[in-house]
Amino acid sequence: MAARGNSRFKWIVPFLYIVFLMLPIYWLLNMSFKTTNEILGTFSLVPQEFTLDNYRAIFTDPTWYSGYINSLIYVCINTVISVSVALPAAYAFSRYRFLGDKHLFFWLLTNRMAPAAVFALPFFQLYSALNLFDTHIAVALAHCLFNIPLAVWILEGFMSGVPKELDETAYIDGYPFWKFFGKIFLPTIAAGIGVAAFFCFMFSWVELLLAKTLTSVDAKPIAAVMTRTASSSGYELGLLAAAGTLTMIPGAIVIFFVRNYIAKGFALGRV
Amino acid sequence: MSAKTTNQKAWLLVAPVVVLVAFNAVIPLMTVVNYSVQETFGDNLFFFEGMKWFEEVLSSERFHDSLLRQLQFTFIILAIEVPLGVAIALAMPRRGFWASVCLVLMAMPLLIPWNVVGAMWNIFALPDIGLLGKTLNAMGFDYNFTRQPFSAWATLIAMDVWHWTSLVVLLSYAGLSSIPDAYYQAARIDGASAWAVFRYIQLPKLKHVLTIAVLLRFMDSFNIYTEPFVLTGGGPGNSTTLLSLDLVKIALGQFDLGPAAAMSLIYFLIILLFSWIFYTVMTRGEDR
Amino acid sequence: MARIELRDLRHSYLAHPAGDADYALKKVDLVWEDGGAYALLGPSGCGKTTLLNIISGLLTPSEGSILFDDVEVTDKSPEQRQIAQVFQFPVVYDTMTVYDNLAFPLRNRGVPENDVDARVRAVADMTDLTAMLKQKAAGLTADGKQKISLGRGLVREDVNVIMFDEPLTVIDPHLKWKLRSKLKELHQRVKTTMIYVTHDQTEALTFADQVVVMHEGWVVQQGTPVELFERPRHTFVGHFIGSPGMNLMPCELADSVARVAGHAIAIEDAPKTPPHGDAALELGVRPEFVSFVDVDEGLPVDIVAVRDTGRNHIVETDFAGHRVRALVPEGMPVPEGRAAIRFDPAYTRVYADSWLFE
Repeated sequence: MAARGNSRFKWIVPFLYIVFLMLPIYWLLNMSFKTTNEILGTFSLVPQEFTLDNYRAIFTDPTWYSGYINSLIYVCINTVISVSVALPAAYAFSRYRFLGDKHLFFWLLTNRMAPAAVFALPFFQLYSALNLFDTHIAVALAHCLFNIPLAVWILEGFMSGVPKELDETAYIDGYPFWKFFGKIFLPTIAAGIGVAAFFCFMFSWVELLLAKTLTSVDAKPIAAVMTRTASSSGYELGLLAAAGTLTMIPGAIVIFFVRNYIAKGFALGRV
Repeated sequence: MSAKTTNQKAWLLVAPVVVLVAFNAVIPLMTVVNYSVQETFGDNLFFFEGMKWFEEVLSSERFHDSLLRQLQFTFIILAIEVPLGVAIALAMPRRGFWASVCLVLMAMPLLIPWNVVGAMWNIFALPDIGLLGKTLNAMGFDYNFTRQPFSAWATLIAMDVWHWTSLVVLLSYAGLSSIPDAYYQAARIDGASAWAVFRYIQLPKLKHVLTIAVLLRFMDSFNIYTEPFVLTGGGPGNSTTLLSLDLVKIALGQFDLGPAAAMSLIYFLIILLFSWIFYTVMTRGEDR
Repeated sequence: MARIELRDLRHSYLAHPAGDADYALKKVDLVWEDGGAYALLGPSGCGKTTLLNIISGLLTPSEGSILFDDVEVTDKSPEQRQIAQVFQFPVVYDTMTVYDNLAFPLRNRGVPENDVDARVRAVADMTDLTAMLKQKAAGLTADGKQKISLGRGLVREDVNVIMFDEPLTVIDPHLKWKLRSKLKELHQRVKTTMIYVTHDQTEALTFADQVVVMHEGWVVQQGTPVELFERPRHTFVGHFIGSPGMNLMPCELADSVARVAGHAIAIEDAPKTPPHGDAALELGVRPEFVSFVDVDEGLPVDIVAVRDTGRNHIVETDFAGHRVRALVPEGMPVPEGRAAIRFDPAYTRVYADSWLFE
């Protein structure tokens, strides 16, 4: 499209917004390369005495590796569970009418509204009773509470965009249901699965309250390790900043890999 | 879309989801309901108290205050994030390299753990060493979010806008991308103004994604806990104690399980009610 | 309404096109008279949509100029050119009623509401939309929506040209014919220049007075349907138009006599000698102009297959290793085994490097 009169200056809006987004991140990075003395003593836009000590402190502490691995394990388990059980359910919602379907759908959505703070204590009791306390699977299952409804919601949108004739043609061609579902239907909505997985990963990765409540040592998430580090070593802002910076890396990697899904995938849903 | 067929066997497909979610939702919810009608004095001794906690919570000033704060907060962030998100999505490049750059950078805040968001803003806004705090004070504003309620509020809202506006942008961008070029070409040929293009082409296509965006932001803003907890801890005083913060204070801080549980349920019902109203109003007239 | 002239148009989507292959449009020189009905015909990727977008102003050509009534409009925007376009997929403003959709182009131009009303009603009447004026446009069927698109073009009295970009793609087959006749009828009523882009020869030949055939970025021929049929200027036209397409076989040419595999073939006004030594020569004749004759009077062939289309038989023959199809009208005898054919000298052509040589 040829440029309209005002479009030459349009870029300013997203540009300013991105600057606004980057400022706190920049400050965190800046802090993570400073010594405690410099942080408390001087105000500078770039580190005066550039140091990697904060990062060194983190990488020499073995609880950090496990923190990362713990987080990634339960996030991945959760993403796999959420998407795989949401797929058949979303298919059912997008294709069939059945007893109580509307109510069920709304009930599922209400679970996204359930405040994690409300559930923290009962969750602790429930998973302790099941002897699952401080395991990855406990966190992964708990996060299903809000991720499954979301995955169902997103996938239902994508599936409704696929004409029903596709299913019918496949049945006429003699495909059994599961073969059709796996070989024809899933590839058709690959972008939707990508988007749903992205959201599950995202919400499981950023959630802390439940993850912290359900773990103590063995499955402790990275973000919780960070809180501990920060509080146990007093007010060491540099260390806190370095830890915070490190927790942003997996997210950044995921975004980089799904960037084309973000751009194209979203639009294929029911929008 | 072609009409759905009635098929009760579809329940089989939904069953795994129902089991998993019910396990996580129903059992804890029952626990909460159980607490809400009992009194405890420790040692696992519980006494049935009926509706006492509900009456107490509903008539307590503390609950009214935090509910009011919560509603204010939710209303303000929705009023900022939704229009801002749409405006940014409209101004973004529609495709190509720069669109990808925008999307990747804008998605960043969404993937930062929530306590890190709180910590980051804390460091950013501290009046003595934070970039924002220092700059504002240097410009002559008396800003200190740990001492002044207004500063604390403004910081909390700025943080939420920073954290979540991108979600609205991404959804709106997706909605806008689904508009075929032919619509814009037809509008040019018909001599439509930029406003008319927005009003008659873009806005109708955005309606659905905006429903999702408003619902998600509404629900999540009611659940917000970690970020304000790390940033302000609810202070100064109780000025930024939103519902969840108050709840946890009562439940874990004072270990008043009964009132906390009753409050949780009331609070849950409030979210449910508002979401249902939003959902019905915004999807009204949609041919689904 | 306007006379449209395209002068030396070339277009490439690349910033620095190197050779001919980089051009989507390789040199177009055309004049379209005011009030005519034209069709741009060609397979997908031939450059017809590019040409259409250049005329409507959505694209600016890399080289050359466009004139409407001798006024240069090359750099003007679509809204300044006063054109209308009906797209492949129906474009309607979903939230508006049919009435508001039709009124939209006028209201945008600040036409007084009284005139708007009169025009909208007149156009609704022409396009059979009167009964639906109060309905939401979103609820209409695809053909109804295409009528709205068309109506938005007709509603403005100052429109220079109405362009159709494969407008029947999403229309149900049984409605295609109806909508096509409607278009033809409307053209006769309003006498606006209309350009119809399609890859369907039936649509092009029934709609247009003049058909422009495009192939790989070239305009290979512009002419009436009869001209395209009887005198294709390029082997592509011969092959693309007609069902089945023209028979083509390599030939030699010397002293006004064309020979295919040694058999002399009579051609009216045959050129004397090839244009140059290494030109690839082909002989072309449509199946309609191939007839069977007594065995010793014509070219010897073997019958390979016979297909009955209802109105006639398509007889596939092997002529000295070349596949030659003949059309035998229903009721005429169809030979079997060995037979002989004759090409009508008035309609047999010689092509040099794919272009008609005469």
